[in-house]
Amino acid sequence: MAQGQAATRNTGMLSVRRRAAAVLAGLVLAALAAFAWSLSAGALPVSIDDLLTALSGAEGGMEADIIRSLRLPRAVAAFACGGLLALAGALMQVLLRNPLADPYVLGISGGAAVGALGAILAGAAAGWIDAGAFIGALGATLLVFGLAHGDGSWTQTRLLLTGVIVAAGCGAAVALMLSLAPEGRVKGMLFWLMGDASGATRPWPALALLAVGLAAALPFARELNLLARGEVTARALGVRVGRLRGLVYGLGSLLTAVAVTTVGSVGFIGLIVPHLVRLAIGNDQRLLLPAATLAGGVLLCAADTAARTVVAPIQLPVGVLTALIGVPVFLFLLARHPR
Amino acid sequence: MKMDARPPVLAAERLTVQVGRRDVCHELDFTLQAGDTLVILGRNGAGKTTLLHTLAGLRDAARGAVLLSGQPYAAWPRGHEACLRGLLAQSQPDFFSATVLETALVGRHPYLGRWDWEGPGDEAIALAALAQMGLESFAARQVPTLSGGERQRLSIAALLVQQPRLYLLDEPLAHLDLHHQVAVLDHFRSLAASGAGVAMVLHDINLTARYASHVLLLDGEGGHVIGPAAEVLTTARLSAAFGHPLRAIADGEHTLFVPV
Repeated sequence: MAQGQAATRNTGMLSVRRRAAAVLAGLVLAALAAFAWSLSAGALPVSIDDLLTALSGAEGGMEADIIRSLRLPRAVAAFACGGLLALAGALMQVLLRNPLADPYVLGISGGAAVGALGAILAGAAAGWIDAGAFIGALGATLLVFGLAHGDGSWTQTRLLLTGVIVAAGCGAAVALMLSLAPEGRVKGMLFWLMGDASGATRPWPALALLAVGLAAALPFARELNLLARGEVTARALGVRVGRLRGLVYGLGSLLTAVAVTTVGSVGFIGLIVPHLVRLAIGNDQRLLLPAATLAGGVLLCAADTAARTVVAPIQLPVGVLTALIGVPVFLFLLARHPR
Repeated sequence: MKMDARPPVLAAERLTVQVGRRDVCHELDFTLQAGDTLVILGRNGAGKTTLLHTLAGLRDAARGAVLLSGQPYAAWPRGHEACLRGLLAQSQPDFFSATVLETALVGRHPYLGRWDWEGPGDEAIALAALAQMGLESFAARQVPTLSGGERQRLSIAALLVQQPRLYLLDEPLAHLDLHHQVAVLDHFRSLAASGAGVAMVLHDINLTARYASHVLLLDGEGGHVIGPAAEVLTTARLSAAFGHPLRAIADGEHTLFVPV
């Protein structure tokens, strides 16, 4: 094999990584831009200079107060949850070896909805709604895992089917609660179901989990590449597939549960962001996971800002916007890549 | 035959493999030395893949032991066994796209630490393996654009990149045209000649006769015959194992088996 030829190909592979590094750097800049837009836009527009002053905490006043106690938590919540959902979606797509998998495919959002709506129906305070959502999400996760894993075997089809059936059951329970709920509570329920970041006042746990989750997934990224190629191949190359699947399942479920607890079941971020990033930089999980995390955060942060400003003073549920953007984008990509 | 001080590449000791309650093989004993090529023959459903996966350490045996380079799989440090034996699995559909070069590079996984990236040395190994399988001009192509035979050759290239001492091949000739069938078997013959051990599942009796040093014939009911290829490949045994009468036609140089 000629050395010269090998050398030119090496630069070919390196250029893939350079491009990925450029995409990651671009996403970091986009994240900063999304935060700047989210913090400055609204009924009280704030210039970038005033924004920096307000964030530095040097000055009090109404402007700084709005930014620090209203817009910042909301922007952080949207960014963190977008990242959580995109990361969880990328993990689920590898776990199930299915490009149509998303964080909700195993019934997590259904369980969270049952828990949250149950709490709203009971007239519980906001904190209890979050707790209900989280308990419902984990309950659905354990139920699906237990049912699909009952005899010790593990097939993706069985896991997927169990998840879809549990989600359908949760959907029926949600419809029942909506029809039984008093008039005054239905709007809050609908907003929760569509995904809404306006009530997110404590976004920092979600952001911390995002960092921890990404740090926990990255050491296994190359093993995930092998898992995406098939179980037998991965095991023959020395991957402990059972342990890896358990980790991915547990991590993906936890990330999703915290995201839906914080902003409700925002759709499509977890499905389309990994695909968009895959089209840009390929399917190497070592690059895909961080890039999808950033892109998901940017997209939800921007969508949430749009949701509260485009038809202000009316606030749209952000989940409606992500779906309205996500559906045509995804259909376009699917039509362009017929496989 | 040169003498090799190292333990046999692969050995089975009173190995019984079961699917459900049915025996695939019962108390199978063999040693595969460096330079040997063992071909596993048997009808559909006889358990050839199950046996191969057991020999690869991916599945527990019902009884008996499998020794890789003299030790049970469990005795090797975790992950090290993948540097010693490689498995070509039956092809599975790909749901996500990747380039040909990236796919070949997966064979370097056992040699890389958790945080390592493939370096120029790994890439040179991968490109050499792609060239051996006639895929050198495909390195930048996306896998889903390849034909079935090209994908099979890519899977073989990824296995070559792994550079194990023992090659376990599950139907390596699937989807390959005649020219590539012979080229692939020639390549594994040369690997065996340079010190590797090869065990593979094949369906072509005549290619088996040409390339195998040893043959394991499974009868599908738990019985087996194993031995040097010329001893095992007889019309009586093959007819019984495949449930279809066969005739041998000899031209003085080769013997060909044809269905009656």
